[in-house]
Amino acid sequence: MADIQLKDLVKSYGPTEVLHHIEGDIKDGEFIVIVGPSGCGKSTLLRMIAGLETVTSGEIAIGGKRVNELEPASRDIAMVFQNYALYPHMSVRENMAYGLKIRKLSKEEINRRVEEAAEILEIKQYLDRKPRQLSGGQRQRVAMGRAIVRDPQVFLFDEPLSNLDAKLRVQMRLEIRKLQQSLGVTSIYVTHDQVEAMTLGDRLMVLNGGYVEQFGTPIELYDRPASVFVAGFIGSPAMNFLPAEVQNGQALLPGGAQVPVMGQHSGQATFGIRPEHLQADEAGPIAIQIDMLEQLGANTLLHGRLQGTDHTLVASVPGHAIDAPGTLRRFAVPAERSHLFDATSGKRLAD
Amino acid sequence: MLKRVHFPSSLLPYLLVAPQIIITLVFFLWPASQAMYQSFLIEDAFGLGTEFVWFENFEQLLTDSHYLASFQRTAVFSLLVAALSMGTALILAGFAQRVVRGAMFYRTLLIWPYAVAPVLAGALWVFMFNPTLGIFPYFLEMVGITWNHYLSGNQAMALVIMAAAWKQVAYNFLFYLAAMQSIPNSVIEAAAIDGAGPARRFWTIIFPLISPTTFFLLVINMVYAFFETFGIIHAVTQGGPGTSTTILVYKVFNDGFVGLDLGGSAAQSVVLMVLVIAMTVVQFRFVERKVEY
Repeated sequence: MADIQLKDLVKSYGPTEVLHHIEGDIKDGEFIVIVGPSGCGKSTLLRMIAGLETVTSGEIAIGGKRVNELEPASRDIAMVFQNYALYPHMSVRENMAYGLKIRKLSKEEINRRVEEAAEILEIKQYLDRKPRQLSGGQRQRVAMGRAIVRDPQVFLFDEPLSNLDAKLRVQMRLEIRKLQQSLGVTSIYVTHDQVEAMTLGDRLMVLNGGYVEQFGTPIELYDRPASVFVAGFIGSPAMNFLPAEVQNGQALLPGGAQVPVMGQHSGQATFGIRPEHLQADEAGPIAIQIDMLEQLGANTLLHGRLQGTDHTLVASVPGHAIDAPGTLRRFAVPAERSHLFDATSGKRLAD
Repeated sequence: MLKRVHFPSSLLPYLLVAPQIIITLVFFLWPASQAMYQSFLIEDAFGLGTEFVWFENFEQLLTDSHYLASFQRTAVFSLLVAALSMGTALILAGFAQRVVRGAMFYRTLLIWPYAVAPVLAGALWVFMFNPTLGIFPYFLEMVGITWNHYLSGNQAMALVIMAAAWKQVAYNFLFYLAAMQSIPNSVIEAAAIDGAGPARRFWTIIFPLISPTTFFLLVINMVYAFFETFGIIHAVTQGGPGTSTTILVYKVFNDGFVGLDLGGSAAQSVVLMVLVIAMTVVQFRFVERKVEY
């Protein structure tokens, strides 16, 4: 178990810089999720921590010790890969014991650890099977088992659930979380799935184009997104954005609607509001011309346009709605629930 | 629903396969049956009289100590050729996989020897190892080894093994490289994280995973060493000194066309034919074992 520091970390392939000055402090036992769209450099960052990619500049420290120059084997880490990367020619037991044998543990100790991990992951009855005789979920467990038996300082997960079906993914997600909490091992988890990120992480590092957009708890990211990117990436359905002219605590939206906002900012800005924060209100300032309904059961998503404009908006209302396309619904916006971002840089404006 | 293609004329499909069938009949089946027939005959050296003797030629072969010695020699020869060429190819492929820059260039160079005709390959090695002119005997002399494959049977054997193996390295290299590249990278990385160094990764992960390729190449190389090394041996040693490099195919040629024992030679080639059929069966039965990834 150990803390991890990322200091001014840069990765370049030739002249192309793909990760730009990443900073991060990860506490002992924390579960960190690195999340971002594909191609944002999140897997590269994880592979640098694992030692599978070289560090161009900056420093990675695990347990206070610089590991830039160390081989993956000497970093005391375990990694779970997206395609599981099980050794196809070895049985489940041999797969899990491989790393222990290399570390020259005694036979009894290896057996004890493998049995113990198999017990935790409920794969005891498969110990003598080959990976190809297992289902995706079972392979996933074996991959986890191979990581657990090593008793490493750090767990690294590279999109481990993306090859599973939706139901299994939810189940494994909970199990990974439970397992990590009971073992208390510092973990870094890479995913492009924001729901996975929100539910698993103690803290989330949102990466975009090789830059850290925001690093904080799921609630911080949801309540106070640092940029338009984070605001649009975290939360489902995504936040609505409208161009606005802000003056005296009021935002003037396209089509003439005026809504109250927080803070002292004035001038051009991007106004953001989450679909679930639009409150149905007969006298509200925002009028949505409904195009389409999405019934989710617990709530209904109203897709439409801001009246008199082409700006699309989504509102989420509880229960079942039966508005016909073309009807007009009005919503109010609580000032403390709205967000303002700089119109050009996309950064959050102080409120 | 299976869709069937109908040709307008019923003659066309036969015409289309005819060239293949004619070639097979004229160049393979007819000579094979001739050899079979010949193996039941004893003919005098001038071709004046022939006698049908059933299996007498085969009986003689099985009791002929020269033939049995040649059999053993061939086994040693082909095992060593297969081991040497596959071992070299495996090492080269292992290195080639790690090459990042100029990989195409390097691989192309390694494939060249495959395009060299057997007799030319043999000639190359004859020049390099010529006891009076060759460069290698000169070097070997410096470390106190006298090289003369015209006198030493073992040295002659070593030379044809090297020449035959060298020519096959390129082929094996291609297959090994393809096999290694089909192993998912993450499996190797997982082993690295598990603490395995490069050598250990190779022997415990890569080598077992390419074992189907190894088996396939073993059969191919054995067949090659058994049947396709005639040119090299003819160019390098002519089966000598004595009979120390006379492997089965060379003995067929020697007994038939030099010794003019056509019946005995035909019987030998029938034995070889049975061997090659057996090897082909082995290959088809086992080579398509399921690959484990």
